[in-house]
Amino acid sequence: MAGLRARRARRQAAFRWTVLAVMGVFFLLPLAAMVEFTTRGDSGTWSLLVDWPQLSETYPDLADGIVASLSQASLTALLMLVLLVPTAIWVRLRLPGLRPLVEFICLLPLTIPAIVLVVGLAPVYAWVNYFLGGSSLTLTFAYTILVLPYAYRAIDAGLSAIDVKTLAEAARGLGANWFTVMARVVLPNIRSAVLSAAFLTVALVLGEFTIASLLNRTNLQVAINFLGKSSATMSVAVSLAALILAFVLLLLLSLFGDRRKASR
Amino acid sequence: MNGVAVHLNDLRRTFGAVHALDGLDLHIEPGELIALLGPSGCGKTTALRILAGLEDADGGRVLVGGKDITGLPANRRDMGMVFQAYSLFPHLTALENVQFGLKLRKRAGGDRAAAMLDLVGISAHAARYPHQLSGGQQQRVALARALAIEPQVLLLDEPLSALDAKVRVQLRDEIRRIQTEVGTTTLFVTHDQEEALAVADRVGVMRSGRLEQLAAPAEVYLRPASAFVADFVGLSNRLPGRLDGDEVVVLGTRLPLVQRAARGPEVTALVRPESVGVVPDPDGDARVLSTAFLGPTSRVTVELGASVVVAQVSGELLAELAVGTPVRLALRPVPVTLEA
Repeated sequence: MAGLRARRARRQAAFRWTVLAVMGVFFLLPLAAMVEFTTRGDSGTWSLLVDWPQLSETYPDLADGIVASLSQASLTALLMLVLLVPTAIWVRLRLPGLRPLVEFICLLPLTIPAIVLVVGLAPVYAWVNYFLGGSSLTLTFAYTILVLPYAYRAIDAGLSAIDVKTLAEAARGLGANWFTVMARVVLPNIRSAVLSAAFLTVALVLGEFTIASLLNRTNLQVAINFLGKSSATMSVAVSLAALILAFVLLLLLSLFGDRRKASR
Repeated sequence: MNGVAVHLNDLRRTFGAVHALDGLDLHIEPGELIALLGPSGCGKTTALRILAGLEDADGGRVLVGGKDITGLPANRRDMGMVFQAYSLFPHLTALENVQFGLKLRKRAGGDRAAAMLDLVGISAHAARYPHQLSGGQQQRVALARALAIEPQVLLLDEPLSALDAKVRVQLRDEIRRIQTEVGTTTLFVTHDQEEALAVADRVGVMRSGRLEQLAAPAEVYLRPASAFVADFVGLSNRLPGRLDGDEVVVLGTRLPLVQRAARGPEVTALVRPESVGVVPDPDGDARVLSTAFLGPTSRVTVELGASVVVAQVSGELLAELAVGTPVRLALRPVPVTLEA
């Protein structure tokens, strides 16, 4: 009986390692190829990538794209948090009946393909152009909608983990106004959820191409696409760097998630 | 600290078709502790939440210290509240939790907070976070936090219901001690009759959004104003009786009435188990159905014709009352209430 169990455990372990190895090769091989391609010969691609003045002189479009993407990511994260956190808290506290509707609206962008979203956004952006000009930063509005499903899920999960209603009522009873309740009681207790939402937003915005390209704006992905036509090595190196950045962000996110679980 | 008087005048509140409060009138004397007791959905928590400002009344007025605060938001009412659910702020230590309300009032609060933690006997755990405290300790900190702001009124919304039996009794007695010490007018909501009878100056028994009886604990227990109160507060046997003047004859014993009954001669009297004596008697017309040992006292269920009677007996007597033993019932002549 014990021998049978040991044999089964060995078989399962072998199966697990095989799956892990196959998946590892599947994901790592393209990345290894990217590294090999960008370091082939004496191209100096990576040293140029970390030398910002030189990079912006050699590839001004790429530098613009990087700045635009980083600005869009920060502004989107900010706008998303300003809109979503108070809304999610308020819905939980005062309008719980509206929760399914808010959840439905927030998840809607997930079900609409980006290309369809652009068709709808194009006439709206005609007005945005008219009022705010054609800056790439105006993509922030479209991206805020795009990240809603992920950010809402993260914040909602954070709010579910605490008894928001009782905590808010306790704070109100002690003399706190609604702003104090949100800033000093609810927010500190959903900090990791807010960070998760922000990280997901940044990762998503850094990888966005369709909307920016079709609305004739620039960002990192659009710049990489252009660059691919003139300097394949640099475009692959930047893609890899963006991929690693997104990976690091997601790693940080999972670390925060683990810490949250461990603290409970 | 001197307490203030609280008046709830004709409070009304409906949730859809349900009348949670149906013209509730309640007057709390300065420094008094009133326990609101009643079954789930009777409106006791709604009344407390309206007094706290956490719920709006559809009608009626709330007066504290003679001032109408009906429209005042919760954060400007100056009330301390302890909730049924653990409500300490998870990101703050016990001491910081107590300081929270003091800081909002721009008071340094260090000494006061420490003194309050000392009052509730938890100063040794001042630096601990809520998740490092037991349920009883968390509720003590919540009580200290509520008292630290020197509230006009202290509101306790079933603060002991999540605790285990021993801690519940201990904390219940401490709440009474502390309330007497600080003299804050207090409203204590509970569905536990023993808790209400043990801590309150007066107990208000609620039913369907109204007060059925508001009186001292002994009065509520010994002279229940209605069959509902008799039934809800303590156990009652429903025994057939016959009215005879100002008394009712039950099992051959004449019992005085809590209230004069205007109804016909055949009535149902509500008799407490401790008013029923059980005597082993081979010629007795009753028979022991079951027994239950409850520690200091025991309970015996007896079959008498078509009726089943519950009696409370001493532990020693229980040994003589095996199941099937023929017994005789003797009622003590204490006032009884009649069923409507």
